[in-house]
Amino acid sequence: MTATEPLAPWRGFHAGAWQETVDVADFVRHNHEPYTGDASFLAGPTPRTLAVWEGLREMFGEERRRGVYDVDAATPSTITSHAPGYIDRERELIVGLQTDAPLRRAIMPAGGLRMVETALRAYGREPDPRVHEIFTRYRRTHNDAVFDAYPANVLAARRSHVITGLPDAYGRGRIIGDYRRVALYGVDRLVEERRALKAALDDRRSTDDVIRDREELAEQIRALGELKEMAASYGFDISRPAATGAQAIQWLYFAYLAATKEQNGAAMSLGRTAGFVDAYLRRDIAEGRLDESGAQELIDDFVIKLRIIRFLRTPEYDQLFSGDPTWVTESLGGMGADGRPLVTRTAFRYLQTLYNLGPAPEPNLTVLWSPRLPEGFKRFCAQVSLDTSAIQYENDELIRPAYDDDTAIACCVSAMRVGRDMQFFGARANLAKALLYAINGGRDELTGAQVAPPAAPAGGETLDYDEVLAAYDRTLDWLAETYVDALNVIHHQHDRYAYERLEMALHDHPVRRFMATGIAGLSVAVDSLSAIRYGRVKVLRDDNGLAVDFAVEGEFPTYGNDDDRADEIAVWLVETFAEKLRRQRTYRDAELTMSVLTITSNVVYGKHTGNTPDGRRAGEPFAPGANPMNGRDTHGLVASALSVAKLPYDAARDGISLTGTVTPEGLGHTRDERIANLAGVLDGYADAGGFHLNVNVLDRATLLDAMAHPERYPQLTVRVSGYAVNFVRLTPEQQRDVVSRTFHGSL
Amino acid sequence: MNGRPPAPPEVTPAAPGAVTGAVHSWDTSVGVDGPGTRFVVFLAGCPLRCRYCHSPDTWYGRSGRRRTVDEMVTLAGRYRRFIQVAGGGVTVSGGEPLLQPAFTGELLRRCHDLGLHTALDTSGFLGVRADDALLDATDLVLLDVKAGNPQTYRRVTGTGRLAPTLRFAQRLADRGTPIWIRYVLVPGLTDAVDEVERVADIAAGLATVQRVEVLPFHRLGAHKYAELGLTFPLADTEPPDADLLARVRGQFAARGLTVT
Repeated sequence: MTATEPLAPWRGFHAGAWQETVDVADFVRHNHEPYTGDASFLAGPTPRTLAVWEGLREMFGEERRRGVYDVDAATPSTITSHAPGYIDRERELIVGLQTDAPLRRAIMPAGGLRMVETALRAYGREPDPRVHEIFTRYRRTHNDAVFDAYPANVLAARRSHVITGLPDAYGRGRIIGDYRRVALYGVDRLVEERRALKAALDDRRSTDDVIRDREELAEQIRALGELKEMAASYGFDISRPAATGAQAIQWLYFAYLAATKEQNGAAMSLGRTAGFVDAYLRRDIAEGRLDESGAQELIDDFVIKLRIIRFLRTPEYDQLFSGDPTWVTESLGGMGADGRPLVTRTAFRYLQTLYNLGPAPEPNLTVLWSPRLPEGFKRFCAQVSLDTSAIQYENDELIRPAYDDDTAIACCVSAMRVGRDMQFFGARANLAKALLYAINGGRDELTGAQVAPPAAPAGGETLDYDEVLAAYDRTLDWLAETYVDALNVIHHQHDRYAYERLEMALHDHPVRRFMATGIAGLSVAVDSLSAIRYGRVKVLRDDNGLAVDFAVEGEFPTYGNDDDRADEIAVWLVETFAEKLRRQRTYRDAELTMSVLTITSNVVYGKHTGNTPDGRRAGEPFAPGANPMNGRDTHGLVASALSVAKLPYDAARDGISLTGTVTPEGLGHTRDERIANLAGVLDGYADAGGFHLNVNVLDRATLLDAMAHPERYPQLTVRVSGYAVNFVRLTPEQQRDVVSRTFHGSL
Repeated sequence: MNGRPPAPPEVTPAAPGAVTGAVHSWDTSVGVDGPGTRFVVFLAGCPLRCRYCHSPDTWYGRSGRRRTVDEMVTLAGRYRRFIQVAGGGVTVSGGEPLLQPAFTGELLRRCHDLGLHTALDTSGFLGVRADDALLDATDLVLLDVKAGNPQTYRRVTGTGRLAPTLRFAQRLADRGTPIWIRYVLVPGLTDAVDEVERVADIAAGLATVQRVEVLPFHRLGAHKYAELGLTFPLADTEPPDADLLARVRGQFAARGLTVT
């Protein structure tokens, strides 16, 4: 570049309120140009891109074999803890790694030392004695703090797995910093804004809340300083706004990177960046400093970085969530409040990375679907699903009215307005097991332990629907109370001991908080209730009177066939439990939300749940998320999807997840027809009020072959439940679960 | 008690004299039973015994459940909106739907009146039973011609004859009803060059043929034979390979037909 006047960062942008206050959504609304064409403008990978990617691919093989490629066990990670790292310094366009080398994982003991040390030992590394001393003697961790404050009933519920996956041993995640702010405003402006916010608290009396707010803002300002320092170590001054597309991506990535150096969050999502970046790339192209290939190359390089975000986690954690996920979720598409589509060429470019670099689970590309989206974009999305099975869809027509048009998905299905909302992630409660507790008077069906309060067990030889329903209602009351109690403890302690300084620096203050609960085992509970109501369920008891098995006689309707008799039980259960949860008092008065999402923990939940009255055997996996039980949805994908679409989004504002698998032949004969038909199904599902759809276009034979010959399928990507995984990195048990799911196809 | 699931909907008994049919099952499918997303009704009962049949469970009328047209139209109506948004329609399949022409005709007419695209999936062997009113309510016929030579037809179907299907096809063409010709390609049974040539000639001679679907034989229905205690005659036949499929499709395409 020639030494001329520095470029004015906001040159050519449309003016708006965004110039006066920190408001990226307003910037996007003013500087957005919809793209309504097709995918023909896209560019393939450059030799540079392929060279960088090829270097990493060799390392991926090694990582898969060893579990982790490398760990720095001695340096607790902070924004500035590690020297700059590069994949290929000469070739990289966007720089920055979590540590000083690619795939070298960092430790983050503030969330929990035990998780760090267990993980290190699992991968053959000795924990560092100094780190151990610091985090046992001088510095408490979130994990320790939570267990100091858990009451006995929470510990019992946790032990019996009626509540599972709680973020009490690691970072909670699911918080999306508005990383775009760093690019649009530069760090200095953001620090200034935080100082003003903090000063505004000076006039308030120093109550608990105010003290906490002041301290948090002070911490946020400190984190922004460290962010600037980290960028400087790579040779960039990000105190000022970005002035080009390359800078905008670099600034934004630095902000995201800093978050991933500070937090090992369960989901570290990116937000909604494509439309924002597009304004910069469009300006560069108009100014002649970039062509399409150059623009694609920047996105490709950015995505390469997102693909190698890594966290050190235990094998048990990976067993719960499969294949080392990070949930770098990026939300694409959607409609603007003004009725214009928020589809840009850059949204196409993000999707194009799945061709240029091959399919991959991360970043978790999420299309906010509306039947009103431009046809060209719809077709391209459907095509990408057919070719890669790597993307998911969420209903923009539900999200936008409930939130706004600058809303992004965290993790899998959790919507939040970028930089305005955050959530306290709360894993999930097992509604199938809770039903067994209702039948067994609060005792655990596997251990016999009294977990829920003692009550009379369901009597008689055959289960009585009214009696079971009344007992279930009481059990769910107890479960809701115990569950939210656990979450209040967790998030109180997380705020104190593992606060997300940088991510929260990139939110408005005050922020809207959600307490995001979840449920697992919906279809098992629903089909069990249906069996009790419409069939005859005989109870088989062991010597201690514990109901350990059931014999079902007669036919009963099952959830997933668009049969209202079963589906209305599902609607009732979702609404009833959500209502019970909403009655609980939440930490920091967070708004309570609920999801119907299991990720892949449906396997583990099933493992810890005994025989159920629907005929499911003990230990068998649950269906994932809001899915009907595998093999019980016998009337095709559409009937199955319409059952799920009946679940009310208002009762489950944290998202309702459906994973659908179709064979390619099950979408039509020709590629063109399959694309058109899939886009049609997505339109129909969105129109019917369905919230989320993971689309896998796969046949069972491919999966079986990949189980037998993993080396031939290094990039085979499968959507599981709100995100995608590398199929060959699943445990054999999870692989079998995926293979056994319903494949909708022609026969 | 905080409420309970709503009571199930009342079932209205069939009105006396309502048209009923033996319905094997219903399904929703995409792109395989006519264009787009479809509500598919499979009727029970078929006069043919095709060697490659993948649904022997639909051979006998008694394997179906008596259903009224009302019931099936109510079900179809549930998908009307979805189908209209996604693109698609209703397909009446089987079994052989023309074994129950009154029920099939009424079902097609009622769905057609709902504004849904209608398709009839038939062998055409009983085409003579389809009256003009039935065909007026049919937007598309998926016609499974099975063979081009009468002898092959008999070998494939065990019980059928080719001529009725040809007469039915001609009638459809004459009255302007769109046709998708279906041809199940089975190595060693329907793959002879000459056989395919004859079918291609037939297809090319019908003015309303919009496409030809060459369906590769598969054995996914084999387990049904086992469950019914029957022997699957083609248990040892392999699905056609890609070369054979390309050759056969090419034979149709050479006539200027659209082939999928």
